Amino acid sequence: MHVTFTDQELAFRDEVHEFFKNHIPADIREKQERYAPLTRDDHIRYQKCLYERGWAAPNWPVEYGGTGWSSIEQYIFANEMAEANAPDVIPFGLKMVGPVVYTFGNNEQKTRFLPDILASNVWWCQGYSEPGSGSDLASLKTRADMAGDHYVVNGTKTWTTLAQHADWIFCLVRTSSDVARRQEGISFLLIDMRSPGITVKPIITIDGSHEINEVHFEDVEVPVQNLVGEEGKGWTYGKVLLQHERTGTARVAGSKYRLKKLRAQASRSVRGAEPLAEDQNFMRKVAATEVELKALEFTELRTLAAVASGNAPGPESSILKFKGTEIQQAIDALYMEAAGYYALPYVPDQFRLEVPNAERVGEGAETLSALRYFNDRKVSIYSGSNEIQKNIIAKHVLGL
Amino acid sequence: MDFSLSEERLMLEDSIGKFIANDYDFDTRQRYASSDTGYSPDVWKQFADLGWTAVPFSEADGGFGGGPLDVMILMQQFGRGLIVEPYLENVVLAGGVLQRTASDAQRARWLMPLIGGELQVALAFAEPQSGYDSAHVITRAEKQGDTWVLNGMKGVVLNGGNADMIIVPARTSGRNRDEAGITLFAVPAETRGLTRRDYATVDGRRAAEIALAGVEVGPDAVLGEIGSGFTALNAAIDDATLAVCAEAVGIMRILTDKTVEYSKNRVQFGVPIGSFQALQHRMVDMLTACEQSLSLLMWATMAQSEQTDEAQRAVSAIKYQIGTAGQKVGQEAVQLHGGMGVTWELDIGHYFKRLTVIGQMFGSADWHLDKLAA
Repeated sequence: MHVTFTDQELAFRDEVHEFFKNHIPADIREKQERYAPLTRDDHIRYQKCLYERGWAAPNWPVEYGGTGWSSIEQYIFANEMAEANAPDVIPFGLKMVGPVVYTFGNNEQKTRFLPDILASNVWWCQGYSEPGSGSDLASLKTRADMAGDHYVVNGTKTWTTLAQHADWIFCLVRTSSDVARRQEGISFLLIDMRSPGITVKPIITIDGSHEINEVHFEDVEVPVQNLVGEEGKGWTYGKVLLQHERTGTARVAGSKYRLKKLRAQASRSVRGAEPLAEDQNFMRKVAATEVELKALEFTELRTLAAVASGNAPGPESSILKFKGTEIQQAIDALYMEAAGYYALPYVPDQFRLEVPNAERVGEGAETLSALRYFNDRKVSIYSGSNEIQKNIIAKHVLGL
Repeated sequence: MDFSLSEERLMLEDSIGKFIANDYDFDTRQRYASSDTGYSPDVWKQFADLGWTAVPFSEADGGFGGGPLDVMILMQQFGRGLIVEPYLENVVLAGGVLQRTASDAQRARWLMPLIGGELQVALAFAEPQSGYDSAHVITRAEKQGDTWVLNGMKGVVLNGGNADMIIVPARTSGRNRDEAGITLFAVPAETRGLTRRDYATVDGRRAAEIALAGVEVGPDAVLGEIGSGFTALNAAIDDATLAVCAEAVGIMRILTDKTVEYSKNRVQFGVPIGSFQALQHRMVDMLTACEQSLSLLMWATMAQSEQTDEAQRAVSAIKYQIGTAGQKVGQEAVQLHGGMGVTWELDIGHYFKRLTVIGQMFGSADWHLDKLAA
């Protein structure tokens, strides 16, 4: 056991650092620095940058275009990415459906879908939750009925993140109701969003933004070739995906970056007030959150090491999910507290790039702090609510 | 000691409850909040006609001679209805300063039309650098002959964009954080040199950044004694702190009720989610937070009303409670509603946002705990 990086790892870190410093499009960097929203095209251009460098899929096996990095290298990469304030990768293709396709898909599906996922040519979204099936996902009612060489899909998916941008959706659908356990009879289908019968309806969240949607399917025809793995076994595949997703939702590197930035911000005077760093109460809360995060960072490293030695992330990934999201929300609260009255103005439009900083209300992202705090209430709800994570741990880890 | 409400107060509570039930459903509230003014001038007129804007003012001023207890009743109901009309801003904050400082002429010019619902007023109690310290005033007023010249910035002025008149605390002597040397000025919004940047706030209300560049006002603009404005300013902020805490208690209660109701109806795994013990205990914690907060609110409001020795500490105690337990209730209400809790469509998230903004106003939980610990 040792905690310092080897010379080789340090060299790798420098290489990644240099890449994020010099090879991300300047306009995207500027948008990130000035809190401007990214467009669909910005995300794609950014991810293509990673792709061209061969770094689009750190978690994939080399044979499908992954990096073959050790868990420590993946950790270094994630940290450098966050430190550079680079955008997050949109997870639905690269982190979710990709691993399902290369693990459970047939050769034809691998050839057809993986290259486009890797190159960010295709934008994916996730069709899991339904209006009546949230925590109880296995109760899902969207049906796919076999009709010769295709399925006919009917139903509604909800909370579908960025479906408004998506080219394809991966869905859990019910292909049989005549089953002993509800988890059986569910299948994993890949559906082209341009198929007739699909409509996307925006859902506005409490911060006033449009990120999530309802997706309706009315007699949508899906070729049987788009079924991943065996019919009726989708729950198993979907669960593997969720475990990958939950590891990702910890966002340890992002939280580290935000806490570091908060410390830097606290050491400066904002608008002529005393630096927040002189407020013991506040800094003690920052320090306590840092301790929680350090613990989670090493829990995640241990999990990544287990995955690198060939195991899919197990039920322990639930710990990463619920602790990680609690920490994100604690950081949101600290930022909002730091903003004081300047958390109040609702002025998201001022973060468009063309508005000069001098014309903005509040310093930096102060006026985004409450909005982020509100929006991030979702993180303890999505990807299986934190209550469900604790159920999983109780059942599968503790055997209760 | 007596915790029962007088017949008059029960009637006030009842009449607001009826108004909300009949005329102020959530969709209506959302329509008013998203209008240009961020509230309904018609509803405001109705508040005046019903006498609600007159509640805390003396009979000599055309008021009902009520006090903190009446405002507590009113604000709890406003919390339940998620009312966006600027009662806090006009009646409690600006009215609180005016009733303590205004001369007869100033009462006739500003206070009576405020009570009549014909005039919108704002109290510019914060500056960009001041945080929660309302003595941290660096806006300056200098006397040139008979004229006062004001220069400075006021930040996040609640109702500032809609106001016809803005009460501006300015430094006429002393150092930046001194309580002494602050003078209050009644500045008509259209005065030359006063510019406003009006915006919506995250809880669906309105505020403004206000710049004062060589704003000239006469001696009749001075409210109260020169250099001793802090006392009235601070008293109005204490009143407002209690008022938003009462509003928060109303919000916490309705969030708890709605969450319990939802948990009885939302079925997952074949049963209502309210049947899960893990969730039951959390709703019990929400209810407990409501009861404990109501207790502190009643204590603080009675202490304030009777000006007991504990009045100041009681204000900090209830604000600390709202900043912690209130925030927790808001978060739990959203969490137990699942995805629906974070949608714009459902009222839960909007109650939560108002509760959060209340936590950000007039001192955070830590800020008040520091006062109590001192």
